[in-house]
Amino acid sequence: MSLKILVPIKRVVDYNVKVRVKADNSGVDLANVKMSMNPFDEIAVEEAVRLKEAGVAAEVVAVTCGVTACQETLRAAMAMGADRAILVETDVELQPLAVAKLLKAVCEKEQPGLVVCGKQAIDDDANQTGQMLAALQGWPQATFASKVVIADSKATVTREVDGGLETIAVTLPAVISTDLRLNEPRYATLPNIMKAKKKPLDVLAAASLGVDIAPRLATRSVNEPPKRSAGIRVGDVAQLVDKLKNEAKVI
Amino acid sequence: MSILVIAEHDNATLKASTRNTLTAALKLGSTVEVLVAGHNCQAAAQAAAVLAGVAKVKVADAASLAEGFAENLAALVVSMAAGYTHILAPATTYGKNFLPRVAALLDVAQISEISAVVDANTFIRPIYAGNALATVESSDGVKVITVRTTAFDAATDGGSAGIESVGAPADLGCTSLVGRELSVSERPELGAAKVIVSGGRGLGNGDNYQQVLAPLADKLGAALGASRAAVDAGFVPNDYQVGQTGKVVAPQLYIAIGISGAIQHLAGMKDSKVIVAINKDADAPIFQVADYGLVGDLFEVVPQLTAAL
Ligand SMILES: Cc1cc2nc3c(=O)[nH]c(=O)nc-3n(C[C@H](O)[C@H](O)[C@H](O)COP(=O)(O)OP(=O)(O)OC[C@H]3O[C@@H](n4cnc5c(N)ncnc54)[C@H](O)[C@@H]3O)c2cc1C
Ligand SMILES: Nc1ncnc2c1ncn2[C@@H]1O[C@H](COP(=O)(O)O)[C@@H](O)[C@H]1O
Repeated sequence: MSLKILVPIKRVVDYNVKVRVKADNSGVDLANVKMSMNPFDEIAVEEAVRLKEAGVAAEVVAVTCGVTACQETLRAAMAMGADRAILVETDVELQPLAVAKLLKAVCEKEQPGLVVCGKQAIDDDANQTGQMLAALQGWPQATFASKVVIADSKATVTREVDGGLETIAVTLPAVISTDLRLNEPRYATLPNIMKAKKKPLDVLAAASLGVDIAPRLATRSVNEPPKRSAGIRVGDVAQLVDKLKNEAKVI
Repeated sequence: MSILVIAEHDNATLKASTRNTLTAALKLGSTVEVLVAGHNCQAAAQAAAVLAGVAKVKVADAASLAEGFAENLAALVVSMAAGYTHILAPATTYGKNFLPRVAALLDVAQISEISAVVDANTFIRPIYAGNALATVESSDGVKVITVRTTAFDAATDGGSAGIESVGAPADLGCTSLVGRELSVSERPELGAAKVIVSGGRGLGNGDNYQQVLAPLADKLGAALGASRAAVDAGFVPNDYQVGQTGKVVAPQLYIAIGISGAIQHLAGMKDSKVIVAINKDADAPIFQVADYGLVGDLFEVVPQLTAAL
């Protein structure tokens, strides 16, 4: 098997952190906040590594676009089992279209047979990048995957859709985006964390890839959502029913 | 110049999400056209034509569009994009799947899941699981937008637009359907329900979930929902999940039972009009957003509630 899998990952605020809006409304406060790999991307790395362990894939390459500090996220991916990693380095604020263009440039260099990414980054909640990359490459896509089977140059993917589940077959190369039920990502063991330090990590300057990454959307302000305050505690079911009928008038 | 709404439908009927998306579109301008892309979808096109505010319905009826696959659908939308200032689809799994392809092929940003329209170029959208609201302005020639359906009222009937056929581009032939396992339910659709009874890990297992929650939902004519933990544990199918990465809902009444209230869950339901929480842990974060909190064992309290209604 010679299938090479590229796994795009993003460094984001850890999912346990409740972010705060900055006082000047310019954004959210990320100073001294714990950063981690986007949870959907951990699922993507896990799936790619399992495909390698099953003998379906030959190599797993993790890639991220962003600042120097993203190297630690790439090391985390390698500790989970990715073979090597690429940082497309830039300080420019990256929006999904720009990331898709950078990933396209990486695909042209690496020629992967499959890209497995997350369905959504939990910071921008955009849910776009994988679909955009597939479109720019002229490839099919299988988004929101909860099961992936690779055979005969095809991926058969079960997708989580609003009405239930849908299974499709797409020709390779393709982009698959992961949903929550695809797998449970492993924890990196200490020996694997040590090994990951020696795995190759290439740094490419985003500017060297010749694509337009300027943001298309300008953020005018970032605000707190309307606060919802705690209401009252009711003592028993009778009181609850009374409140719902006579105060809230919803039943 | 007009605005294009891409209808979500099952060839026969429109999904409720189409109506919410139309309302968002009408905030941008008055000439709104609707695209119905599918196969044998004349009935859906007729339904779109009577929506109030629709100026014209375009129908692309082709076998290659029957399953709603993203590749063919995006190619169609791109082929007809010239002349539109805005292209909108609902932020459902349908819209989220294909619309980013449209944006990329047009070399423009997609503005995901807007919750308000400020002006024709400026929109509000939730980020960080709804813990912040970003106001973003687009400088792109055409704005490609997905719409948070719960943030816009459903457009009503009352129009009589003309229907026009458009050709579909050649089948890209890269995707085929293997099968579908769609949940069948007599209950209202989660995204459009007025009342939702939602269960979490506290239910313990799928049998309990059904035995305890279904009678309550029956009494209230409610849809059933769930937390991620309940779905992951296999109590209910994936399409029950409410939250940041599941469905966003905003019913008149949301009853959270045995759900702790993690930020990812709150992101999907905190715009509900009235929230009731039933949980045995008096410190569960769900109580911080609940209008009415009842501390107690759900296995005692919920059957009592069902009986009292
Ligand atoms: C990337 C990512 C995306 C996510 N997306 C979502 C999402 O979209 N939606 C979502 O819901 N979650 C999501 N989560 C998961 C979220 O963080 C929580 O883990 C999840 O919501 C917890 O579900 P729960 O409240 O049912 O379970 P728990 O947190 O375990 O809470 C169970 C509650 O039941 C109560 N309980 C137990 N027994 C009883 C009883 N007999 N009577 C009364 N109360 C009882 C307990 O007191 C407890 O409060 C996501 C997480 C990640 C990392
Ligand atoms: N800066 C980035 N570098 C690499 N991959 C990314 C980056 N941003 C997003 N992705 C990938 O695209 C997915 C969807 O992100 P988004 O479209 O921003 O919600 C993520 O789960 C990642 O797999």
